[in-house]
Amino acid sequence: MELLVTTLICLPFLWAILPALIHNSKCRAFFVYLGCGVVMVLSVITAVQWYLQGGKTLELNLPYQELFNHLFLAGDLFLMCLITYLAFKYKKYYAAVLAIAQTVLVACLEQWGPEVAETVALRFDWLTFVMILIIGVVGSLIGIYAVGYMHGYHIHHHKELTDRRSFFLAMIFVFYGAMFGLVFSQSLIIMYFFWEVTSVTSFLLIGYTRTEEAIANSFKALWMNLLGGCGIAAAITVGYLALHTVNLYEFINIAIGSPSEMICLLPIACLAFAAITKSAQFPFSGWLLGAMVAPTPSSALLHSATMVKAGVYLLIRISTAMADNFVGNMVALIGGFTFLAASCLAITVSDGKKVLAYSTISNLGLIVACTGCGYEETIWAAVFLVIFHAVSKSMLFQCVGAIENTTGSRDIEDMQGLMSIFPKLAFILMVGIAGMFLAPFGMLISKWAALKAFIDTNSVYVSTLMVLFICFGSATTMFYWTKWMSKILGISPREKSRDLTKKNEYISMFVHAIFLVTLILGFPWLSKHVLKPLTHDMYGTFKQVISYQNIIIMIVLLVGIFVIPCINYLFTRNTKAKEVITYMGGANAGDNFNFISSTGDPKEMHIANFYMEDFLGEKKLFTPAIVISSFIIIVYLIIVIGGSF
Amino acid sequence: MAVSTRMIIAGCYILLAPIIIGLLDGFDRKISARMQGRKGPSVLQPFYDLKKLFEKEFLTANKTQLFMIRSYLALMILSGIIFFAGFDILLVVFAISTAAMFLILASTATHSPFSSQGTHRELVQMMSCEPMELLVAVGFYLAAGTFNVSDIIAKSSVANIIYLPGFFVGFVFILTIKFRKSPFDISTSHHAHQEVVKGVTAEMVGKEYAMVTLAEWYESAILYGIIGLFFLNNNPLSLIGAIVAALVVWFLEIVIDNTSARVKWQLMLKLAWGVTIIAAGMNLFLLEIIRANS
Repeated sequence: MELLVTTLICLPFLWAILPALIHNSKCRAFFVYLGCGVVMVLSVITAVQWYLQGGKTLELNLPYQELFNHLFLAGDLFLMCLITYLAFKYKKYYAAVLAIAQTVLVACLEQWGPEVAETVALRFDWLTFVMILIIGVVGSLIGIYAVGYMHGYHIHHHKELTDRRSFFLAMIFVFYGAMFGLVFSQSLIIMYFFWEVTSVTSFLLIGYTRTEEAIANSFKALWMNLLGGCGIAAAITVGYLALHTVNLYEFINIAIGSPSEMICLLPIACLAFAAITKSAQFPFSGWLLGAMVAPTPSSALLHSATMVKAGVYLLIRISTAMADNFVGNMVALIGGFTFLAASCLAITVSDGKKVLAYSTISNLGLIVACTGCGYEETIWAAVFLVIFHAVSKSMLFQCVGAIENTTGSRDIEDMQGLMSIFPKLAFILMVGIAGMFLAPFGMLISKWAALKAFIDTNSVYVSTLMVLFICFGSATTMFYWTKWMSKILGISPREKSRDLTKKNEYISMFVHAIFLVTLILGFPWLSKHVLKPLTHDMYGTFKQVISYQNIIIMIVLLVGIFVIPCINYLFTRNTKAKEVITYMGGANAGDNFNFISSTGDPKEMHIANFYMEDFLGEKKLFTPAIVISSFIIIVYLIIVIGGSF
Repeated sequence: MAVSTRMIIAGCYILLAPIIIGLLDGFDRKISARMQGRKGPSVLQPFYDLKKLFEKEFLTANKTQLFMIRSYLALMILSGIIFFAGFDILLVVFAISTAAMFLILASTATHSPFSSQGTHRELVQMMSCEPMELLVAVGFYLAAGTFNVSDIIAKSSVANIIYLPGFFVGFVFILTIKFRKSPFDISTSHHAHQEVVKGVTAEMVGKEYAMVTLAEWYESAILYGIIGLFFLNNNPLSLIGAIVAALVVWFLEIVIDNTSARVKWQLMLKLAWGVTIIAAGMNLFLLEIIRANS
């Protein structure tokens, strides 16, 4: 097992060298496919082997642990130098300050700080199991998609940009490695290293095109994530100076053991803060929205399988230490607020990728809220959401990317009648959207469990607010997805044209669709064999989160939503109907797209969705949302930090 | 509750709901007519209309509409079965909004200006109502400790309205929106001859429109059922109270419909959310406080 885990972490880092060095397009593509395949197979083998061994929590060290420790320290320093260099190159000195401050702090403590108990480096448990499957499988599929997409991106669409595909593909592999390392690490020092790697890698990916906007947005992402890194550095400092440990699980045990001591809660608060920045919750949502400038595969990677999932992973880890205390309340309120605010904002934008970005933030808000609640049901719901969200969001990003490559626009208003011109892409888009919000897909099950748990939360204020957040957030979520869905169906004013989507892109997207359907159908199995042991490990109790009766109803609903439309479709397919044109007050110009205007000439009719910009627009809501969420964070952090001294 | 009882009630729902709601609709028209000083159609007029619609020639602008409307009807009936057979009320709310999705998709599939306009207004109406619908489920959970409709009735010794007055007020308020009655008949009328071009159903002709009407009747039955649930307890006699309450709310809706003028969607959204937050939010907060102290 040690060998497998070590390979899983180190191999992607080493494999990254291959695409970086090979510049022949075909040859590089082969090695990227091979690498993604190897990573996928390796992660599945590791997971399955662990599962077959009975799913027991394993504590393990890397071979040559000492050497690796030095390597991690050297890596921290290297990243610091890299950030400082780039910060000076682009005159963004604040990034350098943040990087130097935290790295020097951690390095000094490690070298000259007080002695702390030796800890085992890695740990393998149920949550790790879920995470490596998501990273390995969904992440690798994005890698496969990236090869074809980047080819089209440079050859057909953006000839003006320097072709740095080697660098791009290499970074994707570095990302896999860092994520694997992150979800395995038990020692915070090691976790800190991988955490910084993901921050820097995402910074480099966002700045890929080196346009002015890309550079500005990448530095935005960098400083926010570095601020989060400071949170981990602070937790490590508290660990060295006060608690005499740097083991994540020790921190959690200490916090559970003495819930009234604020000093024990302090590292948890720091870690939660770091996780909130990484999962792009308000007030730190800006970086994920800015990340849109990067080519689609990196958006897919950041939004679904990696990066933001690192944040929620850490929150799920520490959630047992957050049940019914100040940190938990902070996290829950931030999550709930983000869920509502981001979904309101998603209504007002028409750029497909931006809607997806807001929906990621909003969905992560729900997951974060679940972890902040810290009950068994909510963790169950949170992990469920993580899995569903990873698959459907990755699929949606790839699909919107493919649509953009094919039709030249990713604006939702331009997707009118996509079903009639590009049925395959439209079908994938529909499945993805349905997976995001429709009953009885994953979201519903999780929302059900989350709502129930929030009603039962101890704090009256938090409980009331959270219930309101979820109820209103569900309504706004439904609005923006439905209006997107309603655009896709129907007829298009456009002529059919050639579908430019590459075969490998389709393979990746259809595999996602199959995964999504399998997950939906297999959810009772998933709940019983993965999520129940997972929550049992964390809470030590067996609790039936969702009753047997409700599982049956869900399955009935599920069958209903698949089978009823199919049967109806078959029944009505051959119904005799007289085709007529639509009603336009008698002013049709012979078809459904043009009308006779007041001047007597035919004019094309435009039908647009509601965007409610005056009501919920970005200009109106974004700044207040940042102010409110900053207020929540600052107040709770002051309570915790003030209480510690 | 025994499986056979559940099945009997669900069967009754499927058979009786259209008859009862259809009759109520007939009386609605009659009473409205009398309020306006007209004689009004026969009480059975809704059924005649339905029959006539089913017999009409099938015209359509997009054939895919038909299967989506049939799915809308089927899923609405399924939601009703979940409710009346006494299962989870939160799932009922989710199922209703899933069903409504098919109506939305059916009406936008035509690329018609009138039905698209109506659809987007309908979406705003759904967005206005959904928080309150979910909150009603939350309210029952707080009052009775369960989401299960049959348990809510069996476990309550007094009618839950005592704990949930705010939720009741909020729910009755959004009911006007749900029934698309004035002042919130935004999604079904914005054209001079409203009977012909009815917003979201503008492109639905003959049997399509008949099925939509039928689905709306089934939905109304669920909504009146939820009104009744506020008054039901483990005493079977409370059923009378529930029916009376539903009838009172029904009459109230007719009065509101006939005495108010249509508002804009902005005002509707503000009003609906405002009432939801104030009435249901306050009630929720108080219930949480009571729970925390007991």
